Amino acid sequence: MDAALIPKGVKRCPIWKFMAGLTPVVLVLLWGIYAMLLCWLKGLNQTNMNNAYGFALWIWADLAVIALGGGAFFSGFLKYLVGKDELKNIINFAVLIGFICYSSALLILAIDIGQPLRGWFIFWHANVHSMLTEVAFCLTAYFFVLCIEYIPLVLENRQLDRVPFFHNLTHNMHEIMAVFAATGAFLSFFHQGSLGGVAGVLFGRPFGFREHILIWPFTFFLFTWSAAAYGPCFTILITRITEAVTGKKLVKDNVVWLLAKISGWMMLTYSIAKTADTIYWAAVTAPAKGFVLSDFYTSNALYGYWILVLEVGICGWLPALLLVFKKTRENRKLLWLAVILGVIGVSLNRWVMVLQVLAVPVMPFIKWILYYPSWQEVATTLLPVAYGIILVAFSYRYLPVFPQEAELNPIEPPKGEVAASESETTSVADAPEGELQPAQA
Amino acid sequence: MFPFSFEWIWDMGHMVFHGGLWYALTIIGLGMTYCVIKAVVDSSKGKGSHHH
Repeated sequence: MDAALIPKGVKRCPIWKFMAGLTPVVLVLLWGIYAMLLCWLKGLNQTNMNNAYGFALWIWADLAVIALGGGAFFSGFLKYLVGKDELKNIINFAVLIGFICYSSALLILAIDIGQPLRGWFIFWHANVHSMLTEVAFCLTAYFFVLCIEYIPLVLENRQLDRVPFFHNLTHNMHEIMAVFAATGAFLSFFHQGSLGGVAGVLFGRPFGFREHILIWPFTFFLFTWSAAAYGPCFTILITRITEAVTGKKLVKDNVVWLLAKISGWMMLTYSIAKTADTIYWAAVTAPAKGFVLSDFYTSNALYGYWILVLEVGICGWLPALLLVFKKTRENRKLLWLAVILGVIGVSLNRWVMVLQVLAVPVMPFIKWILYYPSWQEVATTLLPVAYGIILVAFSYRYLPVFPQEAELNPIEPPKGEVAASESETTSVADAPEGELQPAQA
Repeated sequence: MFPFSFEWIWDMGHMVFHGGLWYALTIIGLGMTYCVIKAVVDSSKGKGSHHH
């Protein structure tokens, strides 16, 4: 039915099977949309946010998807500015994932502000002393960049590419993509950093507060660094999941290994910096504010030392070391393990810097404040996940997302066609020399 | 916000924040304008029509 839209040289499942597979995902999407409408029509009383938790599950999800979507800007930076040309075989997918992550982040923010019709206030009535203003500016502008990077992929659809204007537009956009990629890297550096900076400047909350370099707290640099390090991990993870779902190899190992190697070194250097930052904070910064380390990890039901060990050690150092060494990096199972741990690690870091910061008591007479999201918050957080799966599925089906797919999965013609072509060859060979068969004629 | 808006103040914060935003948007806008105009010109010259 949709054969004319499917890229040349690749095979896709029948449309009914495709639609049937997406049905459960669509149901989750509809559940999320229902919860979203409740939040918009009835207000933020649908959530469990309160005076203690102005930032809650949504902001964690926001920061997590922005970090995981960092694979787009960092892969673009590596390909277009550093010149790692092998990454051209995975850059389309990295852009797609980045597009999904950033559009999800904007959607979550649109729900979180409660009154989306006033979303433009942050641009027009900007508070230029807020790091979140910078985040809003850069996030929106970078989303435009991601749209620009995604549009050529859409226009490369078999039917759209037949239109000369679209074909030329795609060609022209590819020609100056380095300019857009550089702009994207510039914007990403600042908004990733400012998201970290928000926690780092909270001098009234010693769990988040960090020392500064000029006006920027250490967390500014750690957030940018971690997004560049762990974003490619997420790209590799989703690539592997897509390969598992489709039952095909979509990207050559050398491309994945190169991205994993770069990601591994970034993660290792990040882990060193994060460990040094944690030690300095525990030994100098927090005591200067009247706190000791145990104040942050005891006397509550959820946050123990385990979360620190899990974030920095098991999901920080371990995946970094697994990806740095060639032998472990090129082992399929260990690569899976490393990228999964990396994705959990960066998500956990964002959880700690958003939610644990708000849970820790800041006065001797205040107790830990724990928070449980409402079902509406959970549903609207799953909404972008469902949307992402659907967009990946449609993009994979109709767009040339993986340039190496046709080479890695050659299509064998059906047996009937092979026999027909063989007999045709034989009859051509049997014909008298110089006499053309009808097809040749 | 533009410099001619009543809320605008000529201080470092406004210049850096809004300067950065408009700088990025200008690059994106000019880049896309170039691509679209060149695509129109190329199409009018018959370029890319061999894909039919």
